[in-house]
Amino acid sequence: MQCEICQSKDATIHLTEISDGVRTEMHLCEQCAQEQGVGVKNYIPLNELLSNLLAAGAKEEGPMGLTDSDQVCPHCGYTLDKFREKAVLGCPYDYEIFEKSLLPLIKKAHDGATSHCGKIPSRVPKDSKNQIETARLRRQLEEAVKNEDYELAAELRDKLSGRS
Amino acid sequence: MKLTEISNNINEWFSGEGPHSDVVISSRVRLARNLAGHKFLAACSVAEKAEILKKLKDVLMGLQLGDEVFYIGVDKAAVLEKQFLVERHLISQNHAYGKGPRGAVIARKEFFTAMINEEDHLRLQVLKAGCQLPACIEQINRIDDMIEEKIDYAFSPKYGYLTACPTNLGTGIRVSVMLHLPALKMTSQIEKFLNAAKALGLAVRGLFGEGTEAAGDFYQLSNQMTLGVSEKDIVSKFEKTIIPEIVEYEHAARSRLLMKEAGLLDDKISRALALLKNANLISSQEALFLLSHIRMGLNMRKYQGASTPAIDRLCALGADGGNGGGPKELSIVTVNRLFLLTLPAHLQLNYGKELDSPPRDALRAQIIRSALNG
Repeated sequence: MQCEICQSKDATIHLTEISDGVRTEMHLCEQCAQEQGVGVKNYIPLNELLSNLLAAGAKEEGPMGLTDSDQVCPHCGYTLDKFREKAVLGCPYDYEIFEKSLLPLIKKAHDGATSHCGKIPSRVPKDSKNQIETARLRRQLEEAVKNEDYELAAELRDKLSGRS
Repeated sequence: MKLTEISNNINEWFSGEGPHSDVVISSRVRLARNLAGHKFLAACSVAEKAEILKKLKDVLMGLQLGDEVFYIGVDKAAVLEKQFLVERHLISQNHAYGKGPRGAVIARKEFFTAMINEEDHLRLQVLKAGCQLPACIEQINRIDDMIEEKIDYAFSPKYGYLTACPTNLGTGIRVSVMLHLPALKMTSQIEKFLNAAKALGLAVRGLFGEGTEAAGDFYQLSNQMTLGVSEKDIVSKFEKTIIPEIVEYEHAARSRLLMKEAGLLDDKISRALALLKNANLISSQEALFLLSHIRMGLNMRKYQGASTPAIDRLCALGADGGNGGGPKELSIVTVNRLFLLTLPAHLQLNYGKELDSPPRDALRAQIIRSALNG
């Protein structure tokens, strides 16, 4: 469904107004809704969040003297600008190619977390599974120390040293 | 399968059953997944999207779920059908009004849906009545495992399941519960609830998800963080801390209304009943708002033994059974059924054709009147 005002972007905000018993419906995109003074509670447009968070990381130089802003993903042709515009990535490899720029955003969205903890597909190579399990144990160890649960911490430390 | 085969019935997740069902209408777990070796959808050509759709459709239609599954080509579906699927929480608004080849595989009993080519290649969801998150996660995990035996997901040891938007990265899980909180609203405590949810990093949305207002005192509460915390821990936090606290607050607000503001409570239920039994035109929003008060009244009788003149009248409504059967009370199922069947697309699909707003409002009022007046 297209925005009724600009007729170009997708309508993501759907309003129903009932006035003097007459019901009217409006379908707007975020930008036009904001211009119309329709506030969306507790909501920061993702594009805005992306622009702010990506700005810092993108200027740092990579090993080849390239900044992330100059990079083009060889798999999907995406650039950071394209990501900013679309608010979604082009392919799984973008997480590696734009890693430096994406990291602040990932941290912000996930309360500082930067690594996976949870389900692992059964067909992932054994090495990767070990890596994830080690990271999980490390996190649990940090948590145990923070909670002053030294018995659990010792147990986790033993498990970790057995893995290395 | 024709959607009219299900459009006249209430679905399992809205049956009014399950733990804490007077406050928690339903529990839902959703997983976001993408195929390895393919671009994310925003960078895909139409041909690649069609290839992904075919691959996933073939796998999903072959799953043994213990229930018949059917496929809907969402890109080719009529607007009314798409809206119906959104009203029934089987697909998202984004999926309904998205672009390109896309579809949905749905279990006939509606506990399971797979959206193909929504924001990610695959969005799986399991829905159950009441507070049943552990059962949801157990079932969705089993389905996810079955799919994963046939295809490879995009996965990184460091970042977990790779998703088109970094906000879903890691587990790709979205755990949510649909809550009915009329007493918190009536006692002006709903802002407090919204702020507390925000402080816990949870998102609060309306009845139909993203971008929708809370209608009829229904709120959807869901996690936002998906990286660095396991599926089990997210579910356990909802199950052991978040839900019991909200249920307790809503119950306390209901008790307070009964003890200290019985007159106000009685008036709200009484007005809702009078309007629903007599109105000739009712909009969808108004119906949700009024039925919400009826639902609260019935649940307060059932779970708290509440008795006010309006609640007594409400409970006596179904006394004749309506069909000449034995005595029975107006049930939550009847009210839930009215909630669902009077939504715009349900109304029109069951009527057999599209209707403008005034005749739609008349039809809605007529359905409600006949259910409540016997």
